[in-house]
Amino acid sequence: MPAELNVHVVTKVDDFSIDVQLKASVGVTVLFGPSGSGKSSVLRAIAGLIPLKSGHVRFDGHDWSRLPPEQREVGYVFQNAALFPHLSVEDNIAFGAPTWEDARRWLERLQLKPLANRKPASLSGGEAQRVALARALARKPRVLLLDEPFSSLDDSMRERLLEEVKTLVVAEALVTLLVTHDRHEGEALGGRFLNIFGGRLHD
Amino acid sequence: MQWRATTRRSNFTHVPVDSLLLSLQVGLFAASVAGALALGVIALTHKRKGATFVDAVLTAPLVLPPTVLGYYLLTALGRRSVIGVAFESLTGSSLVFTKTGAVIAASVTAFPLILQTARAAVDAVDSTLLDAARTLGATRMQALRRVALPLASRGLAAGLLLGFARALGDFGVTLMVAGNIPGETQTAALALYDAMLSGRERDAAALAVTLTLLAVGLIAGVQWLGRRHHAR
Repeated sequence: MPAELNVHVVTKVDDFSIDVQLKASVGVTVLFGPSGSGKSSVLRAIAGLIPLKSGHVRFDGHDWSRLPPEQREVGYVFQNAALFPHLSVEDNIAFGAPTWEDARRWLERLQLKPLANRKPASLSGGEAQRVALARALARKPRVLLLDEPFSSLDDSMRERLLEEVKTLVVAEALVTLLVTHDRHEGEALGGRFLNIFGGRLHD
Repeated sequence: MQWRATTRRSNFTHVPVDSLLLSLQVGLFAASVAGALALGVIALTHKRKGATFVDAVLTAPLVLPPTVLGYYLLTALGRRSVIGVAFESLTGSSLVFTKTGAVIAASVTAFPLILQTARAAVDAVDSTLLDAARTLGATRMQALRRVALPLASRGLAAGLLLGFARALGDFGVTLMVAGNIPGETQTAALALYDAMLSGRERDAAALAVTLTLLAVGLIAGVQWLGRRHHAR
């Protein structure tokens, strides 16, 4: 049976209530909605960064609902990359990698080797997001959560990164959730669209 | 009092140097102890409910009269207290009216300043970075140790300097808990008071000027670290 993410997020963020139920399997599922619709909060709840009021997060038959973030097999790419500014690119990627070999493998795979010793402050937006992607994947996650990682990139960089993500999702057989307000990004990844508005899914 | 008899005869005595060295020693120990405790408190309460209340209680020494603090410490650590009796039976030495007492007194006065400065520095670290660390397999404590503390290091250093400066200048709590024993617990602030009372004005002036220069130097260091921290 293929891996499946089965989620029912019921939570409240600053008096904004969210009730979202979804299933996602290997490939890209797009949570599509405007700013403030609660889509990023759903990702954060799946990652364990905000608690559920009720509901569940299950993956491949395992209940993650009560697990802390570090015990969930997720890779999370944040909108602002969230690279650790005091660490080099290589050390950022190695942060959650099981071994240095894994870190180096992802450094090479995303063609980041020339940047290995650079600090995040000296990277362009596109470079930073590629490092963030490599860092998330070096942990060998089963679920990849992409929180608008392309929104601050220029068009050519965005197309290049979309292509890389599309290839990696297939190659690594990842259950991937992309949060975006840009329909093109979801379409470029060949994703299944779920429309979210006001903290609820709509057809 | 032989020490008073010898010191009155000369313009300058060894008292300022001895008491300053003792103050530096006590200040270093106190800043280290208070710094370690402050980090422990931050690690246990970071982004947790109740942190504000904990900070309010632990910062109270900043505004309490030194005599009140001294009273609490004497009650808690005195020779007839549970802790005092236990410490004396283990080490053969009393906690109060010793160098250990001076370090405890200085630690208590330095602690709130270190806690406040360190807390502000750690809280200023972007919380997304800590979230990122958690999704990369770090526990709450590991995220603090590997991400928040390195990024807050200049703020932490500023807090330690500030605490050291405060410990260096403590008078009231040290007097109550450690006494004013020359060569044992007489820190620079106490020696200055003693020099004034016994008419050794040159000693008093030397101590006052040295303590002022040290304070100005340390505060300049704190401000330099603060500017570097914000420039990061």
